[in-house]
Amino acid sequence: MSTTDSETTGAAADGGAGAAGTGTGADEETRLAREATSQLSTAPGEERLNVPSMGLVGWLRWCWRQLTSMRVALILLLLLSVAAIPGSVIPQTSVDSQKVEQFHRQHDVLAPIYDKLQLFDVYTSVWFSAVYILLFVSLAGCIVPRTWQFVGQLRSRPPRAPRRLDRMPAYTTWRTDAGAGEVLDAAQGLLSGRRFRVRREGDAVASEKGYLREAGNLLFHIALIVLLVAFAVGQLWKSDGGKLIIQGDGFSNTLTQYDDFKHGSLFDSGDLDAFGFTLDKLHATWRQSGADKGTPKDFRADITYWKGAGGRQQKGAIEPNHPLEVGDAKVYLNGNGYAPVVSVTDGKGRTAYRGPVAFLPQDANQTSSGVIKVTDYRNAQGRRDQLGFQGFFVPTFGGARAGTMFSQSPTMKNPRLFLTAYHGDLGLDYGAAQNVYQLDTHRMKQFKKENGRPLAQKMKPGQSMKLPHGGGTLKFEGVRKWGQFQVTHQVGNGWALGGALAAIAGLAGSLFIQRRRVWVRAVAGDDGRTVVEMAGLGRSESARLPEELGDLALALHSEHAGRAEHADDSDHSEHADDSETSSPATDPASAAEGGAEPSSRGGSQ
Amino acid sequence: MNPLEIAAGANEHLAQLSNYLVYSAMAVYTLAFVAYIAEWTFGSRSKVARTAAELGAAKSTAPAAGEKADEDGGAQPAERIGQSAAAGGAEAAAGGGASVLERTRPKVVTRSSAGRRGELPDGPGAAAGDEQGDLYGRIAISLTTLAFLIHAVGVVCRSVSVQRAPWGNMYEFSTAFSMVAVGAYLALLLAKKNVRWIGLPLITTVLLDLGLAVTVLYTKSEQLVPALHSYWLWIHVSLAIVCGALFYLGFVATVLYLFRDSYETKLLGGGTPGSFATSVLERLPSATSLDKFAYRINAAVFPFWTFTIVAGAIWAGDAWGRYWGWDPKETWAFITWVAYACYLHARATAGWKGRKAAYLVLIAFACFLFNYYGVNIFFSGKHSYAGIGG
Repeated sequence: MSTTDSETTGAAADGGAGAAGTGTGADEETRLAREATSQLSTAPGEERLNVPSMGLVGWLRWCWRQLTSMRVALILLLLLSVAAIPGSVIPQTSVDSQKVEQFHRQHDVLAPIYDKLQLFDVYTSVWFSAVYILLFVSLAGCIVPRTWQFVGQLRSRPPRAPRRLDRMPAYTTWRTDAGAGEVLDAAQGLLSGRRFRVRREGDAVASEKGYLREAGNLLFHIALIVLLVAFAVGQLWKSDGGKLIIQGDGFSNTLTQYDDFKHGSLFDSGDLDAFGFTLDKLHATWRQSGADKGTPKDFRADITYWKGAGGRQQKGAIEPNHPLEVGDAKVYLNGNGYAPVVSVTDGKGRTAYRGPVAFLPQDANQTSSGVIKVTDYRNAQGRRDQLGFQGFFVPTFGGARAGTMFSQSPTMKNPRLFLTAYHGDLGLDYGAAQNVYQLDTHRMKQFKKENGRPLAQKMKPGQSMKLPHGGGTLKFEGVRKWGQFQVTHQVGNGWALGGALAAIAGLAGSLFIQRRRVWVRAVAGDDGRTVVEMAGLGRSESARLPEELGDLALALHSEHAGRAEHADDSDHSEHADDSETSSPATDPASAAEGGAEPSSRGGSQ
Repeated sequence: MNPLEIAAGANEHLAQLSNYLVYSAMAVYTLAFVAYIAEWTFGSRSKVARTAAELGAAKSTAPAAGEKADEDGGAQPAERIGQSAAAGGAEAAAGGGASVLERTRPKVVTRSSAGRRGELPDGPGAAAGDEQGDLYGRIAISLTTLAFLIHAVGVVCRSVSVQRAPWGNMYEFSTAFSMVAVGAYLALLLAKKNVRWIGLPLITTVLLDLGLAVTVLYTKSEQLVPALHSYWLWIHVSLAIVCGALFYLGFVATVLYLFRDSYETKLLGGGTPGSFATSVLERLPSATSLDKFAYRINAAVFPFWTFTIVAGAIWAGDAWGRYWGWDPKETWAFITWVAYACYLHARATAGWKGRKAAYLVLIAFACFLFNYYGVNIFFSGKHSYAGIGG
């Protein structure tokens, strides 16, 4: 889980090992060096694949250790990305179920195999779920111990200064006339002032900073779990329904009102928020000129809505990118089209049907197709019958000379309705649900003209179509617009967003903050002056650490140099050149040798 | 003429101007490309096999303690690095493991941990100290800067002409993409980073990208469908462009790392790489430096790429009724994200560091590219309004 454990420095460990073998002092040194570099992160140590010889418990423990190891987590991550690919190549039921049906029709052999492998539902399939569940178990198995470890680190003090500071990745030293105690006091103040956690012990000050890196790392991974849970909750309790509403009509949010409705497995119809709205006016405009003539410009649905039972009526608007939000529900405007208004008079002169019928657009210019079903019809002889009309509506007819019936523009400029008529059994009484936009002509007969050709007519608004043998008329009265609305009910969105933002914050912390330790040691040198040593150690090698150490050293140096200058003129600040003490890095080894660590040189070649 | 048509006319002119500017930028990029080539060519005259020399020195006095080679003698034990640095002043800082940070403040002696084969020095750059080569290199950078400015004005003109963010279709996305990549390169140069080596490969691909943009992907300036009328277009898409451009720099560094790494490995194994490989790879930064550069860029961009996806999800929540729906573009953004996450984890996993992790970068960037080109061309999904060829 550790995102950035790269470039882990081994310098200090080398230092410890290099000095081994010089007796108990060296053992102590090794121990200190190990301590100094320990726990700079909570990243797990790299384990070998030791197969245990123990029984079941041993095996289980071994499996758990493997699952929570970095290597397996990495493989699971790789698997996850590979497993996501088929979902983008093969049509998915959750994304476009019509394409899946089409695939079924076109591939007799492949489709059943894909079905078996759940390739039409990749993201809810057993194998995809297995990968991400294992990944998140692995993640949890990693986060929990690391969190405890991190809490332990926060409660403990920074590790003591290693004996050989000059073995650290960044090191500086100088001499001063200020007393060792003064220097350490100043160092303690300086480092605490810069929000290091400071520990003073013996002749050294140990300090550590950048805990937010590990905190960020843990936050990021915990946030991923929050995100996953929020997503899962959202999927289980979601609902998603579509409703086509003709201008002037209304909708109230109950299950029966929807044209189609999908929901998660734990959704309950009682979860639907109580609200409703009427579509007052649907605005849809398209570009009239230029390179992108005919492309949509603006869509807007002006609505009157109410919340709760008998709530106050309010005006509102729904546009793309601006859904109406009521409770956990959001209402989106997804499409629009034309609904010709027709009236059908039957053979007895009675109005058998009157109203708008939504036609569905088939192309970008809103050439729309649709059917009109009339169930309560009597023919000229007064016998019961049913009528079905099938045809096209075009908002802008190109004229007889255009040679095409397709619409020339999505804007309504010259509307025409083309219909052909059937009579017989609409097939509505067989119990099976029927598509309102399709006409089943199996048990129907097409009306014929006197010359035996099928009856078909093109109408302007206000014109009518006469059925043969005094069978009545259909009148094209006008056109209304309709809007396609999608009502989604989503829970857990806030948690998902919070998780995502926390993940980013954690990521930034874990990638941009460096955990580092700084030690300051001040001891009396053999010439009676104080030798100050400073060293820095970061979790990863970075150019920033030496810079920071330089800054700190400068601050510390100038802090006590002022005092020291009064005491002894020969000790300059580092700005003076040529002086033996001007450059604090001068001769660190001999300085150290003359001071606290005479024994530590033995290990080198 | 009504005012609307006049405005439309002005926009057409601006769009035309933008096209001319992009073509001019391509011309100047081509000149820069020639200058970079000249830099590499003249640089090949100085035949310093620095890495080989370095390795020879290191081998002859192979440090038993596992310390890395230092410039002055190879086998300096760690303790003496500090001494020599102090005694020799700044000159010890030039090369291998020990360096001194010299300012008007205490000198800090730094020691880096020994890598797989110690730390080899960075190559001298394309010009390799050749005066004429260096001159051409400077000319190349000047030309690149000029081309970048023309390019940027072209993108701005396009934006003004269509009165929206200049990344509404693949043509605009591609031009903005290469503009950001070049901008990032120049910014790194300005920040005094050692990135001159990236110039030639970068400009080569910028030319390819722009060539593809003006021929195959070109779309007349057009307005966007209402679903794209959102301020998220500015945030989500611009972030995707910036992330892609920076990932690209990381990708180039990784490719060069792989070449340089196998070159170093060959040298270390006592082999003699071909003269062309020697001439070119010798002048690149060391494998360690390239790897570090690629890692820093990829790691720094990763949170921004995460935010790009989150911003897209928030927008999708407003526009499409769900924040995540496994649309092909979303799926591939996710795959890209996971691939980069793999890389970051691999860097910290034993047995995956180095070349294996580098291969993951190649895969991850290939995913990014596929998400851009492949998904737009092969799949239809909710992101399909990106438009190719009008």
